[in-house]
Amino acid sequence: MGGTLTRLRGASVTDLIGLSLVALVVFWLAVNFVKAPAEFIDIALIGLTNGLIYGLVALGYTLVYGILQLINFAHGDVFALSGLVAWSVIVNVIGLDEGSSALVVVGGLLVTLVVIMTGFALFNASIEKVAYRPLRNAPRLAPLITAVGMSFIVQNISLAIYGVNYRSVPNFIPQTDAIHIGSVEYSWQKASVLFIVIPLLVILSWFVRSTKQGKSMRAVAQDTEASAMMGIDVNRTISVTFLLAGALAGAAGIVYLLQFNMRFDTGFELGLIAFTAAVLGGIGNLTGAVVGALLIGFIQAFNEGLGWHAPGSDWTRSMVFGILILILVFRPEGILGEQTPEGA
Amino acid sequence: MTDLGTRARSAAGNRNTIVVAALIVLALIYPSIVSSLQSLPVIGDFVPATDSMVVMIVFTTMAIGLNMVVGYAGLLDLGYVAFYAVGAYTAGWFASEQFSQVSINIGAVGIPADLPGIHVSMWLILPLAGLLTLFAGIVIGLPTLRLRGDYLAIVTLGFGEIVPQFVRNADNLGGFDLTHGTFGITPIDSMGFGAIGARLGLPESFRQSSQRSEWYFWVAVVILLITVFCSVRLRDSRLGRAWIAIREDETAAAAMGIPLMRTKTWAYALGAFFGGVAGAFYASFKGGAFPADFYFNISVFLLCMVILGGMGSVWGVLLGGMILGYLNVEGLATIGSKIQSTGLNFDPTKYQFGIYGIIIVLMMLFRPTGLIPERRHKIEMAEGVHDTPFYDVQLEGTLTDRDQTND
Repeated sequence: MGGTLTRLRGASVTDLIGLSLVALVVFWLAVNFVKAPAEFIDIALIGLTNGLIYGLVALGYTLVYGILQLINFAHGDVFALSGLVAWSVIVNVIGLDEGSSALVVVGGLLVTLVVIMTGFALFNASIEKVAYRPLRNAPRLAPLITAVGMSFIVQNISLAIYGVNYRSVPNFIPQTDAIHIGSVEYSWQKASVLFIVIPLLVILSWFVRSTKQGKSMRAVAQDTEASAMMGIDVNRTISVTFLLAGALAGAAGIVYLLQFNMRFDTGFELGLIAFTAAVLGGIGNLTGAVVGALLIGFIQAFNEGLGWHAPGSDWTRSMVFGILILILVFRPEGILGEQTPEGA
Repeated sequence: MTDLGTRARSAAGNRNTIVVAALIVLALIYPSIVSSLQSLPVIGDFVPATDSMVVMIVFTTMAIGLNMVVGYAGLLDLGYVAFYAVGAYTAGWFASEQFSQVSINIGAVGIPADLPGIHVSMWLILPLAGLLTLFAGIVIGLPTLRLRGDYLAIVTLGFGEIVPQFVRNADNLGGFDLTHGTFGITPIDSMGFGAIGARLGLPESFRQSSQRSEWYFWVAVVILLITVFCSVRLRDSRLGRAWIAIREDETAAAAMGIPLMRTKTWAYALGAFFGGVAGAFYASFKGGAFPADFYFNISVFLLCMVILGGMGSVWGVLLGGMILGYLNVEGLATIGSKIQSTGLNFDPTKYQFGIYGIIIVLMMLFRPTGLIPERRHKIEMAEGVHDTPFYDVQLEGTLTDRDQTND
């Protein structure tokens, strides 16, 4: 009885601290909004764009974690490698540049998407087969450590092929505004993210909800042994999960490349941000990953862009990790709740 | 059974005594034989210089500290570099001109007595750095150690990233320069025996002595030996056995009355202690603490030493640490120049972390117990462990059993 009381009181104190932190952030945002509304919305749109990119990567983490309870550290580096290979495809093979017509750009990007997503789906699934599958019944630290090693291997593959220079694509997507209301602007270049990411999210959601393969993924995530007894091929399902995660990483690589420049170690930082997003939303929860990623996108954009008392980009990494630590300490199941055998 | 155990233990004891004796002898004579070793044909090029040996020993010491966390207690720490940073900056704060607002000199050597800044003798700084780092370990550990294994890994990684970013940015905390930003704190005072030592024929300050590398090397060996000794004794202590019990089966350990949080926090804090001591020593050896030294790869590098040697095995980690330390400091560069002299254009130092990654993956796949396996860990790998963390069991209990009784 005493124990229950202590637990209740403990929970309310942490809730109080958590809520007051949230209140503080909301207050800070409100002050900034009142001071410069147009700028605030501009920055929020940047946050939305980046958040969607993070979401694609975060989905890869959350899919794999949901099914294997493994933080796939290599995922961020797979993303970076896919972006660099996409750079080769776009610049060297297809040869898109500022002069390309709209039709060529759209067609070229579609081809790149298909090629890269297929290629990296297979790449990711072969990583699973080579490095993680033999350790499936080992102590839980073993695959986790292997994933760290894998991350370095993939990163060094990028380094070996592309060297240390940053790569970026020519501005073949016009910088002109897609939306222009008052002083709020949103360029076609940023809007291209929406056109790629949102259909992918719809397809993914359909796949996981409605197809037989998607259903078996959810079943394996809930209870591996039971689903094996029901005749689900667990190995195949796990492979499909890694295929999906790899395809999403590939798409994210392309989208990221359209916005920013990238090099071999881009995946490390972005991978950490994306994993934080996945935990923030509730690991294993697909909607949660996207919601968490959008939140992180907004937080990062506000932190780097707002004028009134923003810590600035020097502190972004600390902010992201600070959030991760606070979430894990105060609400380890994330915002929307985790969906793993342990959490559910 | 008892007989067998005793015999095995005394055999191991004999072996350990021989290893320690050999190490000490090697340490005493290494600086004097290194030049003749280096002039040997073929292998001479691969013999590390005394300076390189110091660096190897420093990182091996850290790896042995990390082994307490990862190997003994089974807590994956991916941010050990944070403790290295805390140790190095402790040396920076208390043995340099960083805080030139004051002028304090407590037994520091090799500097004018009226030099501004805080100058505490490095002999005092080493334990002080250890204690501060231990404290940092407790502060980081208390909120995070109740998380399950993989979450703990990512949170420690987070601290490993926050600490370097903090030291890089903390050159203007409300106008106060705490860490001197990206430039780092330099110069950090040398070690030495001061005026009293000089009268006995010992160097007053290592840095001004003609035998700088040698003296740093000998001190490094002493630190390493103390670390190994503490590590072995801790493993066999009540606390160490509790760590291993938690590693094998958290739930059973808790049921046997082991306080999980306290025991885990001690693993984390004591592991941190040695990282701090090694970090402070290394800062004095290098003469500075620079934020660029503390990055994630160092944490993985140290982890790789532990994996290669064998998680939980002190002698294994010692071996793994020296091998990888050697590759890092000199080996890869030497091998690279050999490769390049044959006309191939391949530089292994560029891909060193890829090489460590390959070592980690290959070890985990083919020899997960490491080069020198620890006996218990070998059994665990063969028979499996029950590593579902306790708090999940606890949580499941609250969600199901309690609700039912309330109904």
